Amino acid sequence: MPRNPFSSSSATAPIPIDAPRKRSPSSSRNTAAKVAQFFSSSPKAAYSLPAHLSASASLLAAQEQNNARSLSPSVSLPTISLSTATADKLSDTPTMLFSPPSPEAARKLAREHAQFGPLGHASHKCISQHPKGSPVEDSVEDEPPYYFLLTTYISYLVLIVFGHVRDFFGKRFKDQNYKHLKAQNGYAALNSDFDNFYVRRLKMRISDCFARPITGVPGRFITLLDRVSDDFNLTFKLTGTQTEALNMSSYNYLGFAQSVGPCADAVEDSIRRYGMSSASSRVDAGTSDLHTDVEKLVADFVGKPSAIIFSMGYVTNSTAFSALVGKGCLIISDELNHASIRFGARLSGAVIGMFKHNDMNDLERLLREQISQGQPRTHRPWKKILVVVEGLYSMEGTMCNLPGLLELKHIYKFNLFIDEAHSIGALGPRGRGICDYFGIDPSEVDILMGTLTKSFGANGGYIAADKHVIDKLRSSHAGSVYGESPAPPVLMQISSSLRIISGELVPGQGEERLQRLAFNSRYLRLGLKRLGFIVYGQDDSPIIPVMLYNPAKIPAFSHEMLRRKIAVVVVGYPATPLVSSRARFCVSAAHTKDDLDRLLTACDEIGDVLQLKFSSGIAGGAVPLPPGVTREDEKEMRKKGIVSPPRWPLEEVLKRGVKDVQSPLR
Amino acid sequence: MDIHEAYQLLNSTAGQLSTRFQQVPGSAILLRYIKSSYQNDPVRSVVELGLFLFAVRYLLAPRYSTNKSKAADLTEEEIDELVQDWTPEPLVAHPTELEAAENEKRPVIVGPTGPKVKLANGRTVNNYASFNFFNFVSNEILKERAIQILRNYGVGACGPPNFYGTQDVHMETERDIANFLGVPSCIVYAQAFSTISSVIPAFAKRGDIIVADKAVNYSIQKGLDISRSTVRWFEHNDLEDLERVLEKVQKEMAKKPLTRRFIVTEGLFETTGDMVDLPKIIELKQRYKYRLILDESHSFGTLGRTGRGITEHLNIDPLSVDMLVGSLAYSICAGGGFCAGSREIVEHQRISSSAYVFSAALPALLAVTASETIKLLENNPDVLSVLRENIKAFRAVMDRSEYVKCTSDIENPVCMFTLKKEVCGGIADQERLMMDIVDEAIANGVLISRVKNVPEKNSARVVWKYEATFKACISIGHTKKETEKAAAVVKAAVSKVVTRVKKENAGRFLS
Repeated sequence: MPRNPFSSSSATAPIPIDAPRKRSPSSSRNTAAKVAQFFSSSPKAAYSLPAHLSASASLLAAQEQNNARSLSPSVSLPTISLSTATADKLSDTPTMLFSPPSPEAARKLAREHAQFGPLGHASHKCISQHPKGSPVEDSVEDEPPYYFLLTTYISYLVLIVFGHVRDFFGKRFKDQNYKHLKAQNGYAALNSDFDNFYVRRLKMRISDCFARPITGVPGRFITLLDRVSDDFNLTFKLTGTQTEALNMSSYNYLGFAQSVGPCADAVEDSIRRYGMSSASSRVDAGTSDLHTDVEKLVADFVGKPSAIIFSMGYVTNSTAFSALVGKGCLIISDELNHASIRFGARLSGAVIGMFKHNDMNDLERLLREQISQGQPRTHRPWKKILVVVEGLYSMEGTMCNLPGLLELKHIYKFNLFIDEAHSIGALGPRGRGICDYFGIDPSEVDILMGTLTKSFGANGGYIAADKHVIDKLRSSHAGSVYGESPAPPVLMQISSSLRIISGELVPGQGEERLQRLAFNSRYLRLGLKRLGFIVYGQDDSPIIPVMLYNPAKIPAFSHEMLRRKIAVVVVGYPATPLVSSRARFCVSAAHTKDDLDRLLTACDEIGDVLQLKFSSGIAGGAVPLPPGVTREDEKEMRKKGIVSPPRWPLEEVLKRGVKDVQSPLR
Repeated sequence: MDIHEAYQLLNSTAGQLSTRFQQVPGSAILLRYIKSSYQNDPVRSVVELGLFLFAVRYLLAPRYSTNKSKAADLTEEEIDELVQDWTPEPLVAHPTELEAAENEKRPVIVGPTGPKVKLANGRTVNNYASFNFFNFVSNEILKERAIQILRNYGVGACGPPNFYGTQDVHMETERDIANFLGVPSCIVYAQAFSTISSVIPAFAKRGDIIVADKAVNYSIQKGLDISRSTVRWFEHNDLEDLERVLEKVQKEMAKKPLTRRFIVTEGLFETTGDMVDLPKIIELKQRYKYRLILDESHSFGTLGRTGRGITEHLNIDPLSVDMLVGSLAYSICAGGGFCAGSREIVEHQRISSSAYVFSAALPALLAVTASETIKLLENNPDVLSVLRENIKAFRAVMDRSEYVKCTSDIENPVCMFTLKKEVCGGIADQERLMMDIVDEAIANGVLISRVKNVPEKNSARVVWKYEATFKACISIGHTKKETEKAAAVVKAAVSKVVTRVKKENAGRFLS
């Protein structure tokens, strides 16, 4: 076997590690500068900082080098990772061994690889599965030292005080800026002053980290359109230049965001054949053979007898509950459920109860209380109880405790609704979501809802259930009666990606995508834990939130990452609790190990500069066990609190990662 | 000696402490205050000490709930028993007869949609049920452009607009729509149906007042429900009633603080097909200081010389409509919805409109198709006059029917038909009748559809009684002759079914 040019043994991190990593006085000065820059609310300040300029320059070079490397020796690529005819032709033609590919072919391949990276080494694969028989452990949430919590609160206090001071003077001297907050001309203010304060005085400072416009495919890399603001983020101007950054932000779990390959080819055909629109709602004349086909595929994929699809994931939820429950019914919802579920639950007219995130004891307490007390005031028994959870939570990276839920379901006879928006395609050895991951028969769950936006690179949502439930939904779900029918190209993207995952099209590729995603998720999570970051969520979850806490670190982290050409999502209050601002990485099968090493290197540098490495070790990432200590002993040690906080050097993390992710993470 | 040293240590510490205390700013005042209050008024000191002790006790006391629970006190065993006894209703009720029939008869099109479609039962029928008014679905230019976009952007945007989901094509589409309408700004949503039900609660909050037409569509109703505002209804398209309601609200609110007030209505109504008297509404809105949320889902792309909607049709400045909501999925034949208005109104939605913030962005190829279609409309306004000719032709035939009347405006390509009042008598199940009419028309090669509604379970929210309706969507994909022929088929189907049902009912009545 030819030596693989992408194997991790030779290719270390693409970013040189000689950048200043020591905790020198400069690092604290930098932090101070970041904080100051946060208050100055000018993104330019970030670019004028002297530190790490060399690092970013070398990173640029490294990236180019990396791109170049991934082009030249395409012959020795494992063929399964490439699906297009071009790549196959390349590897079939013996002459290519000796002559470099034509510039055009090279460009084409480079474009393909920018959307979906080639597999580096056969060992960079894993299977996403809950170990059979082992109990489901709650994900451990580490806490930072009190110092950071205190400074976080103080930071918000300072921000709020400053905001009020600026408002005080602004309202007196710059009246025209506050027009929309004041009644004028007999019309009440468009926005309430109080509601708008957060947006005006806090979010505006970091607006440049959100809604960054892009162009092209949001695949392995993402092309950002550079922009500047002259008026403190009130408006932005595009500069006309572009930045290609590593994409850790898109929900592209299986890497189907591609403009080349079998999916795109099928979509092109469908556009020629079907046009762009179904031009009606599902119940009128908006149902074609494509729709019934996709519905059958989805039903088979999730393992339910029947399914119905909608043109938008949000609407799938926001009008589903009105069709299922109503007055006299109870919806019990996880406190961290998505906004669309809350919207839908409120519309349904049912009473809504909430339980602590993923806390089965709290759920049981609530169920016992509600079933025994019945409806409020009248104490009549509830007509139905619908428990609504998500398979994978998009801000926490945690999975629902499905075995625990089913245990309760057998005792308390409620109906279970699982929103698999993020888990479908992303979890399970066959990518079939949370049931597949835990090895549970999908018939145990009443309703499986999901979106087709995330793992399949398409758009829309589905609900899968028993046939009589779906039949009822067809005539009573508003999204089906009034909503537009999904567009043919979107349907074709769903159908071809589903067929690839199930192995019907391009056998082997679907499996490879699933296993690469599982590897990438575990590898990055383990790496971050070992470096000393606090991350939330289960090991196999492709959503990896890294905790930042201080509000000033939100833009600082985003800017630092962007300088290293990595696009990340940062979130703070109100999407998260006030203290736990975070950055969120969404891992994709399109990423290679080299990409993740590049990210880990960047995190390592930024973590030192921004003081983000404060894990205590209780959530894992500890140094290997000394010989003779078993896992049980380790649990005891954890209970007693004898764990040393993990602060592995980067080289060690990269060196051992590939091997260590295969065994249970600690 | 030990005692001596200890005493010295104590002394020095005490000295240090007192100097430290004196260094604290304001300590002297505090000291003076305590001293003076004690010397002058020992009672006050005692009261203050008491208060201080109470505060300490209050802070240390365990928390307890202030609202006494009305829950019955049950033992664990009793709860277990109750849990065992509880039997929930089935998740969904049995399908009604109508639903079962509907599910069975839903037309499935094999292949592309267009003026003529092939159904799953093998028949080819003329399609009068799609919103494909200008036959944009079969337009080759649009297809080629979409393929170009597909090859550059893929299909999905893979993220919400605020997290790297905004592509340059979305910004261009927003700009194109805004320019087309002649307003400063525009925001594109991923689905038309969800747009207005998210726009309304983004602005209308608890305590605000919304005055809405009774016949507004489902999406608006849900937006009103979720907004928690006070909703007042006025009779469908009855602007005198609207004025009465506005006058009443003004009297009621005269002494209360000013709140936001909105009028919500549609350009062409989805449930009835008729047109709103926009100039009068604008006049009222300006007189009573209301903001206007106008749903142009069905009028955008169909009304006006170039399809700019009802504002162009009635020659009104689009800026006098505060939030102009439209659809890119109906006459435009792409996907998604939009809200156009001033910059403040649009920017506010980008962070506080639920369906925009929490949903993935519109696929790039649909956004570009919308833009391109709008350009096509703008450059070929002739298609609109052809469409109007066809509508007139269809209506001319149908107007001669003695059983049904068209409630739609003459400009509306969606022609809605209900039974005439004098015919209704003696017909028990009108929905069933409509279904039979539709079946009969399909059997004769014309695909039309019955207007379906999602029943509102909560009786308190029911304000509008839906009449049984069927609709025919006119398209320029058919010639004028074909359209007339189709109308004749529909008219014959109506006569046949109504006379049959009348006869059956009469027979049942006699026996």
